[in-house]
Amino acid sequence: MRVDLYEKVWIALSLLMLLGFLGAISVSVFVHGISLPGAEQRIDPKTVVNEPPFATPGIRETGPGEYEVYLLSMVWSFVPNEIRVPAGARVTFHATSRDVTHGFTIHGTNLNLMLIPGLVATGTATFNKPGEYLFICHEYCGLAHQTMAGKVIVEEKS
Amino acid sequence: MFAREDRLVRWHLLIAFIALAVGGLFGPLQALNRMGISLYPVLGISYYQGLTLHGVLVALVWTTFFICGFLIFVTVRSLNRSLVSLGAAWIAFWVMLVGVVAAGYAILTNQASVLYTFYPPLRAHASFYIGLTLVVVGTWILSAGLFVTYRRWRGQNPGKATPLMAFGVLVTFILWDLATLGVAAEMLFQLIPWSLGWLGGIDALLARTLFWYFGHPLVYFWLLPVYVSWYTMLPKQAGGRLFSDPMARLAFLLLLVFSVPVGLHHQFADPGIGHGWKALHTILTFSVAFPSLLTAFNVIASLEIGGRARGGAGLFGWVVRLPWGEPSFAAQALAMLLFAFGGVGGFINASYNLNLIVHNTAWVPGHLHLTVGSAVTLTFAGVAYWLVPLLTGRQLWHRGLALAQVYLWFFGMALFSFGMHWAGVLGQPRRTDMATAVYRLAEWSVPDLFTGVGGTILLLSLILLVVNVAMTAFFAARGAVVEMPKAEPAGGAEAAPWIFERWSVWLAVTAVLIVIGYGPVLFELVRTTTAGSPPFRVW
Ligand code: HEM
Ligand SMILES: [Cu+2]
Ligand SMILES: [Cu+2]
Repeated sequence: MRVDLYEKVWIALSLLMLLGFLGAISVSVFVHGISLPGAEQRIDPKTVVNEPPFATPGIRETGPGEYEVYLLSMVWSFVPNEIRVPAGARVTFHATSRDVTHGFTIHGTNLNLMLIPGLVATGTATFNKPGEYLFICHEYCGLAHQTMAGKVIVEEKS
Repeated sequence: MFAREDRLVRWHLLIAFIALAVGGLFGPLQALNRMGISLYPVLGISYYQGLTLHGVLVALVWTTFFICGFLIFVTVRSLNRSLVSLGAAWIAFWVMLVGVVAAGYAILTNQASVLYTFYPPLRAHASFYIGLTLVVVGTWILSAGLFVTYRRWRGQNPGKATPLMAFGVLVTFILWDLATLGVAAEMLFQLIPWSLGWLGGIDALLARTLFWYFGHPLVYFWLLPVYVSWYTMLPKQAGGRLFSDPMARLAFLLLLVFSVPVGLHHQFADPGIGHGWKALHTILTFSVAFPSLLTAFNVIASLEIGGRARGGAGLFGWVVRLPWGEPSFAAQALAMLLFAFGGVGGFINASYNLNLIVHNTAWVPGHLHLTVGSAVTLTFAGVAYWLVPLLTGRQLWHRGLALAQVYLWFFGMALFSFGMHWAGVLGQPRRTDMATAVYRLAEWSVPDLFTGVGGTILLLSLILLVVNVAMTAFFAARGAVVEMPKAEPAGGAEAAPWIFERWSVWLAVTAVLIVIGYGPVLFELVRTTTAGSPPFRVW
């Protein structure tokens, strides 16, 4: 099969570009530590609210400046829907749904999770600047989906 | 020639355009809604019922019916033989139509406001799932008929290369049949029994995974018929030839091989699927972009041949000489241009890391209107501008309005999609009734203006398209002399390597990649599956 010279050049450049993209992604994962939700244990969505830790959702301090939030989602709210942390806090969210699929994203961070019933999604965000960070449900979850939101309030370090 | 097949093609196009007309109307309403203007109280339906109609009617019904009709048309002419069984093809059509009516009934009665991805445990009325399954079954019947027709042709033409058009059709339907296995499994083993109450629970993650096994190759099912037009027809309409026939075949085959084991790129944010699998699907997604890059070169080089034959000189002079005043050509060339931007955005969506920024934001519909909403829809509009006159014997009703439609779509879409991408980067969610959202950030208001204005221009374009096609089909003056454009390969028909005709080889490679990409993922999900979720009706 004869391939035109220009086309060969185009093919080479295309492949280089694709490899370049994959290289850049690798750097972001291995150097900058960007991570996605991974394999998880399954839980029973029907009983999740009765058992720890989701029986008592909320925030707890796990170390200096380190926090853990157990976040429960349901139609059409998050529990807790207001989370207070000091500036500089590194917060790991463990979130799930007790009914339909929801989403969870915090404005101004890279945190973006699907909350699928039967699984706990985990992700971490660091809040350096004081202020209010809106979080919302970004997966259609029924008639009042557009009202499902909350906020992280980051307070000045005292 | 083929008058009996053409009747069937006309019926497919009729349903397709009805779906586009009805489903499309909700698009501009959604765009205005983002701007804060909500017409839903007036209509008396919820935003989400409208959005379900939009997604199902335009993304599933419009595309599928147009594609089936167009590819029947192309197959019989390309192989120059009738379908082995016209009856089976009619049965396929009726099965699909009954399916659409059943699903439509559930949506219109507000029993299926689950959007076109129908993620459980949202539960629609069973007729929604059964209806969509029937649509798929219909396409299987049709594809079987097309395959047998091809085999007959092959038997009588041993050693001959498959005509390129038919080659594209075969790849399209092989890919479709493999892809729909995923959604069929989701429907038959999960959604239908569960929605009928025979299963107490449903595994939401498994269902999503089966859906996206289907959902990504679905976009190639939309795109491949477009490539059939771009490769085998558009060069002729531009006054040129196809630059390289073998490279076109290579692109089709690579699309077949890589398009299924990439679906996890829709589930980067899902818990329960390992990082390694997500990474593998990222790599394969970048691989499936490669044949589209080949297509860009080949098609543009073909257009260049046309532009130069029309007297264009210099590095870019040929571009100016292309028939920009011909609605059918302009539609497809502009569709290509929009698709280029869609492709760039697609790299971002598919990137393991960057996806976190755009996942489930307005960016995503911004992206998909460049692809299925423009590359596909505008190309099909361009095809309809010659196909409908050919099928009905009536002249195109209004050439000027057709041209206006094309350019309005282009500019409207440029604005709309720019606004949506921008709002998405600023974190505005998709699939959300923004007009009544409890959060509306000030930084979204300028992007929303682009979205709303672009959407309004698109409404105008949509109306022009539907009116023109309807007038052409039913009322315009008779006596159209139209032929199917058929591009000859430049430099004569150069033989492609023999391996390109060995379907068993390509099927085997495809199957192996699917098993590698999805086998362990699905095995693990099935192994760890639990009682799952009860149904919810929360709309
Ligand atoms: C007439 C011009 C159109 C406009 C103004 C328009 C507008 C919109 C808007 C604003 C959304 C986002 C809704 C949301 O996420 O809240 C949307 C969704 C969508 N549109 Fe369109 N649209 C148009 C035509 C089309 C066409 C022709 C197609 C495909 C053939 C299409 C396919 C889709 C799909 C697949 C979705 C996603 C639905 C979902 O998320 O469930 N649209 N459209
Ligand atoms: Cu929601
Ligand atoms: Cu995809």
